[in-house]
Amino acid sequence: MRTWAKRVALALGLVAVMAGCGGPHAVVLNPAGPVGRIELNLMDVAAVAMAAVILFVLVLATLAVVRFRDRKGNKAPYTPNVEGHKVLEVLWFIIPALILTIIGIPTVQDTYALAKVPAKHPLVIDVTSLDWKWLFEYPGQKVATVNQLVMPAGQPVLFKITSDAPMNTFWIPQLGGMEYAMPGRVLPLWLESYKPGAYWGHSGQFSGREFEKMFFSVKAVTPTAFSAWAANLRKTAPAMTVADYHRLLQFTTVGHLSYSSYPAFTFPSVTHGFTLKGGMYLLMHNNPVHD
Amino acid sequence: MPALPSFVPYLIHTLFPPWVRRPTEIGAEVMMVAGGAFIVYWLLKYKKLQWLWNEWLTTVDHKKIGIMYLVAAIIMLARGGLDALMLRTNLALPTAHFIGASEYNEVFTTHGTIMVFFMGMPLIFALFNVVVPLQIGSRDVAFPRLNAISFWLFAFAAALFNLSFVVGGSPNAGWTAYPPLTELAFNHTVGENYYFISLLMTGIGTTITGINFLVTILRMRAPGMTLMKMPLFTWATLNTSALILFAFPPFTIALLESLLDRLAATSFFTLSHGGMPMMYVNLFWLFGHPEVYILVLPAFGVFSEVVATFSRKKLFGYPSMVLSMTAIMVLAYGTWVHHFFTMGAGPAVNVFFGLSTMLIAIPTGVKVFNWILTMWGGRVQFTTPMLYFLAMIPTFVIGGATGVMLGAVPADYQFHNSYFVIAHFHEVLIGGTVFGLLAGVYYWWPKMFGYKLNDRQGKWAFWLFAGGFWPTFIPQYWLGLEGMTRRMYTYPLGMGWHTLNVISTIGGFIMGAGFLVLAANVLYSRRHQEKDLTGDAWDGRTLEWSIPSPAPEYNFAVIPTVDERDWWWQEKERRRQGEKPVVVKPEEIRPIAIPKNTPVPILLGAAFFMGAFGLVFSWWDIALAGLVAVFSILIYSWFQYDHYRILSAGEVRESEELLGRLGA
Amino acid sequence: MSSRALDDKAQKLQLAELPPEFQDQEESIKITGFWLFIVTDVLIFASLFATYAVFVNRIASGPTPAQVFQLNTALIETLILLTSSFTIGIAIWAMRQNRQRMVLAWLALTAALGMAFVSIELVEFAGDVAVGWGWHTSAFLSSFFLLVAAHGTHVTMGIIWAVALLFQLRKRGLTTVTRRKLYTFSLYWHFLDIMWVFIFTVVYLGGRLI
Repeated sequence: MRTWAKRVALALGLVAVMAGCGGPHAVVLNPAGPVGRIELNLMDVAAVAMAAVILFVLVLATLAVVRFRDRKGNKAPYTPNVEGHKVLEVLWFIIPALILTIIGIPTVQDTYALAKVPAKHPLVIDVTSLDWKWLFEYPGQKVATVNQLVMPAGQPVLFKITSDAPMNTFWIPQLGGMEYAMPGRVLPLWLESYKPGAYWGHSGQFSGREFEKMFFSVKAVTPTAFSAWAANLRKTAPAMTVADYHRLLQFTTVGHLSYSSYPAFTFPSVTHGFTLKGGMYLLMHNNPVHD
Repeated sequence: MPALPSFVPYLIHTLFPPWVRRPTEIGAEVMMVAGGAFIVYWLLKYKKLQWLWNEWLTTVDHKKIGIMYLVAAIIMLARGGLDALMLRTNLALPTAHFIGASEYNEVFTTHGTIMVFFMGMPLIFALFNVVVPLQIGSRDVAFPRLNAISFWLFAFAAALFNLSFVVGGSPNAGWTAYPPLTELAFNHTVGENYYFISLLMTGIGTTITGINFLVTILRMRAPGMTLMKMPLFTWATLNTSALILFAFPPFTIALLESLLDRLAATSFFTLSHGGMPMMYVNLFWLFGHPEVYILVLPAFGVFSEVVATFSRKKLFGYPSMVLSMTAIMVLAYGTWVHHFFTMGAGPAVNVFFGLSTMLIAIPTGVKVFNWILTMWGGRVQFTTPMLYFLAMIPTFVIGGATGVMLGAVPADYQFHNSYFVIAHFHEVLIGGTVFGLLAGVYYWWPKMFGYKLNDRQGKWAFWLFAGGFWPTFIPQYWLGLEGMTRRMYTYPLGMGWHTLNVISTIGGFIMGAGFLVLAANVLYSRRHQEKDLTGDAWDGRTLEWSIPSPAPEYNFAVIPTVDERDWWWQEKERRRQGEKPVVVKPEEIRPIAIPKNTPVPILLGAAFFMGAFGLVFSWWDIALAGLVAVFSILIYSWFQYDHYRILSAGEVRESEELLGRLGA
Repeated sequence: MSSRALDDKAQKLQLAELPPEFQDQEESIKITGFWLFIVTDVLIFASLFATYAVFVNRIASGPTPAQVFQLNTALIETLILLTSSFTIGIAIWAMRQNRQRMVLAWLALTAALGMAFVSIELVEFAGDVAVGWGWHTSAFLSSFFLLVAAHGTHVTMGIIWAVALLFQLRKRGLTTVTRRKLYTFSLYWHFLDIMWVFIFTVVYLGGRLI
């Protein structure tokens, strides 16, 4: 009985999965913050509108094929010289335009909504993608971590994202959409976690041999726990030296690291413009990309 | 290059560095050498060398060039498909190491590049070449020699690109090759040089082809065939050529600047010296998005021909078909930013490009509706090309619908570079382009070779290919929603991604089986299919079916006056009603000038190849020699005058007599 | 049928009013093709201009535009190239009058002016490189040198083309084919001239204003 049910599920393949309610692994469909929620709502609108179109087209096509198939004795009318139908052809232009308006309006609204951080002084976390690791610096707390992001829950957090290596994208699928980490530019992205929780993030832009290792862990904690965590780090963790930073720049993968402080120049700031930190040039000659 | 004694070890180390001495590479080398040796042996044994040179390598006949494009495209489809299966095998299970990270990165890069530039593009050019001059009643393309040059630039560029696998190392930064990953600082092997140089080379050929077909269609149509009487495939070619003309220049510059960064230490897209990687992204997609339509518009053209022929009915809404296709062509230039909504362009820019992306769905939808209504009131025949058309409808509509979802900017923040995107573009590029081109190949095969491909086997291939397609790509939408991003060579346990990946891999192998059946179908049909003596294998509607299959070298003994759409269908209609058929009258036959064969195109391709190979390894003397050779050949051929031989009226008459085409 | 014949006749009459290189169907098609080539080349330059416009302020530790550009030299280059556009115009006029020796002379003068232009440009480049400003210095100089060198390379090819054309005209005289070749060359040369005017305005004059 159960094997039978399994077989049907397998045979139906995706249809079964789609009909199911998401499943625990479909992180995009289980948003844990307002950004992901807004994005999911828009996806839903678009998916429903598009499903209507798909259904209409498939039904029409099936009808046409079945009714007008070339079989002996098919009594359906054969009109080989029909060239078109003015009204229908105009309708083809108008109906899709209307459907797209349904998707277009919330798209415009949400795009503008997401462009602004809903807080006057959000907590800022500076994100730098390196080969092949993520460096998180907390300018308010003066601490830094590698490959593990800790953020307060229940409030918007502003990420300032750059790269000191090839491009990556900063993506925590359960909290919301991604933004590029690009050398020479700092891009903003805000995210929020409703409640404390553990998530994961990854890069979406291929950045070289160990790109697969660009995972990072995300922990959303209560604001008090966040302050306590930072205070504890300042006491227990080692300080990041310039040499440490240059070691991070090398083509390596590392586990989780924490630092009680970090050199100021490692993230571009408004006051001194974008300095290219570039230990890159020194490193390139003794670090073959290929194994 | 260093002095002679150290020359050999230097050469071996440069051409075969450690990372091209992996078992797969050595295997590929052995296969290439053995395959080459076998071909040479076969040519010598059957004394075919002369035949090959005279009939094919030096030809300027558009029909033969089309067939050469087709052969090259099918070989490249095999290579790109093999790449895909390697990728899928590695992804089937979490933490698998069927191939290593470095190799995986090379393979997905070559898979994408080959499928777009060395499989998709030659396949559309194959159909352009074979079909367009015949559809518009012309004796050749506007510039037959340039046409051959285009082909040989493509062929040698493809050879160069594939050579990278065994000599020096493959490119490994994806088909989009975003800097700074492609810069020397992060990528010091010659792989990316191969990418930039071979694409520059084939890009020149492609641009020339675009110009060639634009002029051909604008200036060389049969008398009476106004623009609005052209077959839809010709319209598709016209629009595609215009897209090529406008899309390839920014791409050329993007490639050139990246290449200069690597070879001449400029700082366009570098980390240091004020370089700006994002400029490349803009230039690339300014080309890249129109390129998508370059690949798909010809398929639209094929579908329009196929659906009318096999519904035995006029195409529904011809003017709106033309209008929508032209609208797509124009809109294609206004959507490139949707490939990087997540690069901080600001809400105003993102909204503009999001809406323009949705806008393009309107004309595309119009086409789908018109195709369906073409079947309405017709008599639908389930031939292999028609099956591909029917399979296209669900795949392309779902792929297009997810495309609209991707155009909804905030939703795209979540979809970007995830497997959702992979599923989307494979669904439109396979469901749209590949199905369309395969339909076109099956449809025009009798016109190229004089016999149909076996329909039974063709259907087997179809069911495997289209049946494997769904399990391959539909699960990938879901993988995207589960957060799997593209280009990961493996993934950890516990993400919940393995089940869908296994299904996807199985689907991939079914598609692979479909390709093998298709290949077998070609080999089988060559021996066993009966000749089509009518020249009109499918009871077609357009001009190309009015002449024998395969078409004689001069195509039309007398060029007909075409004063209506579907001229050949109407002509047959008139015959059925007892009117006197239009046949070739012997007294109307005039001498015909046929462009002579010339070795210039293939030599030019070889010279380009030499220069390009030198550039790849920064061997400036060889590169310079190649450049000098290119210029010498160009100047030599510029001073040549005698490009035509004349077929006398008598010869044409004789040939038409043999083909049974002469009226009383 | 008869109306069609009338059409043909009218067409022939119209054709007769055109210069020979347009009367011949094949040569006329080639001119159309060449126009389309110019379209792609304009877009090549458009892409280069776009790169330049984006990169003009990205000078890193290198010189500013005002430091690099010498307006005097650029002005001389402009005058030379404008003059050559005039001389090729005269060559085409002479071709229409069937005066072969005049065509040869003016074409040779055009090529000579082109050579003068390229020489001055090379001297200018050599001066920049001598003070250590190469295209590796900054993104701005990369885009500047690529844009101007792309134009210079086009002019160089034009010179090779003109010289080859001189030989062919001497050998074959003014035929339909050589007329078409000379005509397309003049199109190419005018196009380069216009591109230079853009470079002069956007790059050299613009650089002084910034």
